[in-house]
Amino acid sequence: MARKISMKQAINEALDQEMARDPSVIVMGEDIVGGAGGNGERDAWGGVLGVTKGLYAKHGDRLLDTPLSESAYVGAAIGAAACGMRPVAELMFIDFMGVCFDQIYNQAAKFKYMFGGKAETPVVIRTMVGAGFRAAAQHSQMLTPIFTHIPGLKVVCPSTPYDTKGLLIQSIRDNDPVIFCEHKNLYGFEGEVPEASYAIPFAEANVVREGKHATIVTYGLMVHRSLEAAATLAKEGTEVEIVDLRTLSPLDLDTVLDSVTKTGRLVCVDEANPRCSIATDISAQVAQKAFSALKAQIELVTPPHTPVPFSPALEDIYIPTAANIAAAVHRTLKGGKH
Amino acid sequence: MAAAGKANPFPLGKPELLKAYRTMRTIREFEERLHVDFGRGDIPGFVHLYAGEEAAGTGILMQLGDGDRVASTHRGHGHCIAKGVSVVEMMKEIYGKKGGACNGKGGSMHIADLSKGMLGANGILGAGAPLVCGAALAAKFRKKGEVAVSFVGDGASNQGTFLESLNLAAVWNLPAIFVVENNGYAESTSRDYGVAVDSYVDRAAGFGLPGVTVDGTDFFAVHEAAGEVIKRAREGGGPSLLECKMIRFFGHFEGDAQTYRAPGETDDNRANRDCLKKFAAAVTSAGVISADELKAIDNDVLGLIENAVKEAKAAPLPTAADLMTDVYVSY
Repeated sequence: MARKISMKQAINEALDQEMARDPSVIVMGEDIVGGAGGNGERDAWGGVLGVTKGLYAKHGDRLLDTPLSESAYVGAAIGAAACGMRPVAELMFIDFMGVCFDQIYNQAAKFKYMFGGKAETPVVIRTMVGAGFRAAAQHSQMLTPIFTHIPGLKVVCPSTPYDTKGLLIQSIRDNDPVIFCEHKNLYGFEGEVPEASYAIPFAEANVVREGKHATIVTYGLMVHRSLEAAATLAKEGTEVEIVDLRTLSPLDLDTVLDSVTKTGRLVCVDEANPRCSIATDISAQVAQKAFSALKAQIELVTPPHTPVPFSPALEDIYIPTAANIAAAVHRTLKGGKH
Repeated sequence: MAAAGKANPFPLGKPELLKAYRTMRTIREFEERLHVDFGRGDIPGFVHLYAGEEAAGTGILMQLGDGDRVASTHRGHGHCIAKGVSVVEMMKEIYGKKGGACNGKGGSMHIADLSKGMLGANGILGAGAPLVCGAALAAKFRKKGEVAVSFVGDGASNQGTFLESLNLAAVWNLPAIFVVENNGYAESTSRDYGVAVDSYVDRAAGFGLPGVTVDGTDFFAVHEAAGEVIKRAREGGGPSLLECKMIRFFGHFEGDAQTYRAPGETDDNRANRDCLKKFAAAVTSAGVISADELKAIDNDVLGLIENAVKEAKAAPLPTAADLMTDVYVSY
């Protein structure tokens, strides 16, 4: 049986292998080594959740601890990328984009186009996303749609350790800026991952479960909630197909359209807030491009349009559950033509 | 009478002095011509002119090579010319034409040429400072003694990006130079209103950087001070801040009525604080370069600018196909 490692280890391994392969790959962020300038242990943290632990011993000064200064170091990563490096900057939580967003959407995203194709900006911004950590409103958001709105950025959000390693390696090798979204509640999730290096191309969605009655389109943690819902539905004789988008920009719409054409019913599951989200985008594109295949209304499963609450009692209601997803599948199965 | 026989009192040889004058004159004529053509309605969009500030950009950037990176401001034409970007490609870009420095996709505020180390003019004030930290970091990894220079105006010197970058550059000991081009106005607002500290040298000290202030209308003062901070950066001595006090001959943007200025302010500046006149007076009175030699350059430059405008007007417009290139499109 193949080796199983966690998503956290998969990230570490991808960074390690790419740093070993390409000397232009550098890694920077707050406490990514930890203990800089102090009298205690070097590599004290290896990132706030230990994702980059151990890389300093192998790659030394190509890992740069930064001051708490996201505008400066995210911008520095982007500037270095425009000058021949392949930096991977860690933005600890995606919620912190507010203090460095200009560098991402006005600088990195624009260079290639705005300079007439004469600049490449091969930078990766790794960042933690998602709720369920009792981390409250400013450390729990799923802000993926803000980034998919911007031309020039690529947006990745994997659901398994296998995809995480392959997509992170692809992100580092890609010549465009990539926002690499890591769901903090999947860091400990284990799965089979080859030790050898491999890249997974962008814009290739993954059909993680085949079925004929309805299609669920989702990404990140919600893939797992959807799989739970599918197991329940299977006991009732309903077989759902689940499409894991994996990359949100560029988007593999063909796989989505193929699946909806087969099943005739669509449920979009998104941990982002409901307005102008990945769910609404997929819904609109399917309605426009595969309207005649639809047998019933499209259903959306998202959190409510509220900030992420702190209290576990509230947060557990906020995050879509397998039961919410199964209920949405029931609604679309009951709707429309039969 | 020509310069024969007199000793050159300047730290630059005659060919370098002629080159500096040619660069400054090219910037001046480029901007004066844009002022006229913009007023006629020939040029789309926003244009911010560098006229009056030539000695600063030239005195600093003529000391850099293509491997040294520069991040400019919204007022970037002078930096681009001094960094060696083609004047014809710049003019085409400003006219929104194919064959422009950015194939018409950037315009005046985004002229870039990475082959010349020009990371771009920038429409976002203060945004170049973090990018220059990255350029300087890349230079540090390359170990070839390259440096990176960030320009901000006195207005953008208050941006968080700029202040964060001063700290990061000091923390990482980067070969970076932060130039504050203090022309006295942040758009229409006086520098003295918007910057609480009197001296940028003090501000630099607050971030652990050496700082120096020079008269930005004095080419020789800028050149000397810039030489020192560039040398320090090349030798691993870390970042510095260089303030150039200078004069903006035109408004914040073309179309600015400039009612915030005192009556007669610009006329007085043009008569008494013109960096090109000061340079010309210095080199001719020292007998190193003759007035005729300068005049020959002036005529040359006029022809160069006239040709650039002609080429820009004749160049083809980009087409619908160009809209969709240079970015991934999956929709």
